[in-house]
Amino acid sequence: MTVLTTNNLTKHFGKVQALNGVDIEVRGGEVFGFIGPNGAGKSTTLRILLGMLKATDGEAIIFGKDAWKDAVNLHERIAYVPGDVNLWPNLTGGEVIDLFIKLRGGKRNGRRDELIRRFQLDPTKKCRAYSKGNRQKVALVAAFSSDADLYILDEPTSGLDPLMERVFQECVNEVKQQGKSVLLSSHILSEVEKLCDRVAIIREGRIIESGSLSDLRHLTRTQLLVETKQPMTELASQPGVHHVEEKGSAVVFQVDSEKLDQVLAYISTFGIVKIESAPPTLEDLFMRHYEGVEGE
Amino acid sequence: MNKRLYANTGVLTRLVFRQDRIRLTIWLAAFIVANLLVANAFATLYPSHAERQAMVETMMNPAVTAMVGPVYGLDNYTVGVMLAHEMLLLTAVVVGVMNILLVARHTRAEEEDGRVELIRALPTGRLSNVASTLLVYVMTNILLALLVAGSLMLLGIDSIDAAGSLLFGASLGVTGIFFAGLTAVFAQLSESGRGTVGLGMAVLLIAYMIRAVGDVSSETLSMFSPFGWIVRTETFVNNYWWPIFVTLGISVLFIGAAFYLNAIRDMEAGFLPSKAGKKQASRLLLSPFGLAVRLQRTGIISWAIAMFVLGASYGSILGDLESFFAENKMMKQLLGPVSGVTLTEQFITMLMAVLAMISTIPAMMFLLKLKGEEGKGRAAHLLVRSVSRIRLLGSFLVLALAGGWVMLSLAALGLGVVGNAVMEEGISLGTFYQSAMVYLPAMWVMLGLAVLLLGWAPKVTVISWLYLVYSFIVVYMGGLFQLDEWVVNMSPFGHVPELPVEEVSWMSLLGLTGIAVLLLVAGAVGYRKRDVQGG
Repeated sequence: MTVLTTNNLTKHFGKVQALNGVDIEVRGGEVFGFIGPNGAGKSTTLRILLGMLKATDGEAIIFGKDAWKDAVNLHERIAYVPGDVNLWPNLTGGEVIDLFIKLRGGKRNGRRDELIRRFQLDPTKKCRAYSKGNRQKVALVAAFSSDADLYILDEPTSGLDPLMERVFQECVNEVKQQGKSVLLSSHILSEVEKLCDRVAIIREGRIIESGSLSDLRHLTRTQLLVETKQPMTELASQPGVHHVEEKGSAVVFQVDSEKLDQVLAYISTFGIVKIESAPPTLEDLFMRHYEGVEGE
Repeated sequence: MNKRLYANTGVLTRLVFRQDRIRLTIWLAAFIVANLLVANAFATLYPSHAERQAMVETMMNPAVTAMVGPVYGLDNYTVGVMLAHEMLLLTAVVVGVMNILLVARHTRAEEEDGRVELIRALPTGRLSNVASTLLVYVMTNILLALLVAGSLMLLGIDSIDAAGSLLFGASLGVTGIFFAGLTAVFAQLSESGRGTVGLGMAVLLIAYMIRAVGDVSSETLSMFSPFGWIVRTETFVNNYWWPIFVTLGISVLFIGAAFYLNAIRDMEAGFLPSKAGKKQASRLLLSPFGLAVRLQRTGIISWAIAMFVLGASYGSILGDLESFFAENKMMKQLLGPVSGVTLTEQFITMLMAVLAMISTIPAMMFLLKLKGEEGKGRAAHLLVRSVSRIRLLGSFLVLALAGGWVMLSLAALGLGVVGNAVMEEGISLGTFYQSAMVYLPAMWVMLGLAVLLLGWAPKVTVISWLYLVYSFIVVYMGGLFQLDEWVVNMSPFGHVPELPVEEVSWMSLLGLTGIAVLLLVAGAVGYRKRDVQGG
């Protein structure tokens, strides 16, 4: 079941093209990771999905409705947390949470107080006294205490400490178990790896890769550290081998996952003394696309 | 109501009220109290018909017309007419300022800070934010109109009747609604809260100036300004209501335009393109002093213009002074008779004290900007680099000293140049300048106190402002209230020799300078060793 789809989503700001045909699809009950460098178009996409920006072209459909035209109705089912939370300096955190709950048409419930306790937030402080992390907690408590069907989270943990990050991850898993969907934009790749079922990578307003994490790992490289009896003179020119570096008596290099078999066969002919491999991480994938030169 | 556009406007309206309840109460109380006090003062100071007729004679000059609008009700200048003539326009201007500041704050500034983003992500309509803000401010302005009208009626002054009081209040209310609507439009055009306020203030100033020029020289020109309309209500005489309806009608157009523009634009976008800034810092910026100047550039330029204009506008009335004083017992009391000098010269000494104290305001602002920078954690950016505390404090202090001198000089020049143009027997520009410059040591004492507080008690730097207010009251009003000598002597401005009436007293000038130096040194010592605040 599809919860959210965008079709050829395009957005111009004057002459600047912020989005250039973005297609993403979020399914029911999944956590969808949305990653990309600063200025790639993540927040623009999310803001179009929230009906705050009007797409120049293409469509954004959530729960079968248009994100711009039916924004108010849709927002009754969506909870949003921005990366940079600014609150009214003369209201307390507790007041702001209640305001947000009221605006959603909900009632104060036990969940609000439970989340305040879990996030260790002092709801009696005025918002002007909160640090960035605490303002973010206010938005997170308001979001997770609501009864939404879709959570749109834009780098929601950028100000949280590791302990609170874990509470956040628990919250995401809880709503997922309830069959709700989460669209999580993040810079913290370990977080995305931990939480997300599927991922899309955006660069310069285009989706350059998307799929489940295991799908994407096929595209990644494995890092090998090898020490051999005889020197591997021709290693750098083998197909699928990248970034060869000498490290003392050993050689460190990367191998495309699909060429791993041939490369291992090649190096075994030189008498392996030592071999270490690091698993492909999302970071490698990310870096590979960031650099954007090789492999295209 | 259209849910897509206005959902949850009611909840947001309560939010705006909740945030502004104290602020609005203070503003409204200030408007009411100011008008009540002035009405009462006029009734006490000018009890008889003859005194008021004498007063109105002195009001019939272009300078006064430019400042407060054309005189009306000449054959019977009652207390009511006097109040409306001298207070309506100026109060309306301040009502305009209030609406510009507060509406910009709840619309564009709120959006710029990202709070509208949080609201818009909830089930609220696209226009709910601007609609709730305007709802609150339209109600506030209506309340203002009713409260001012009601309180004036309760004064029990015969000439301040119900019909006139209502019109007086309504004039203020519709001016407020006019500027609330206009600001809401500007909030759609500009991309920043500051830009919105800037556009609003610019239109307000231009409207005031068009009316000033128009009232003096061409009635038609005044019709292009909302202020030109409301001074033509002739409140308490003819009570014309057409300006109220015209202002309201145009306000409705503004509000419609604001809603339309808001509905068709992206969040956080504006219709006026924002200008790209400089790519590289100019060499002038690259020092703590350069930074202090650059941060306050707009303020420095605005104050410089304002001080010159203020001096010039005082100068413009110097020509009519002698005839004016002959008939005004309040001013005579304020100055106190001194033999051997003209009333004009005496008046100049008082003007100089006033100008010097007003020039102290920007000087202290330039200095105390450092406190704001510290509180926001920005001073730390400099202190963690190789900038010593003394150098940082010194940079802002030098700017404050230089700024205060420039402001006072400009005010004195404005006064002198324009004054000489209208007076029959001129006074040399040097005399004007000298009479102003003797106030510098008193200004330094004020800055010294501010540095002392900055060094030892940064939380209560407001004391230096209170001291300035105190000085203003005792020096300006000392004669009127017949205050004891020592009360006046508590202010540094009370010790300044009153040129050109008195001789230069080097003793008191050196004394003041000495005190200023002591305060500065003590403050610098404290500033060097205390904790840095904020962060």
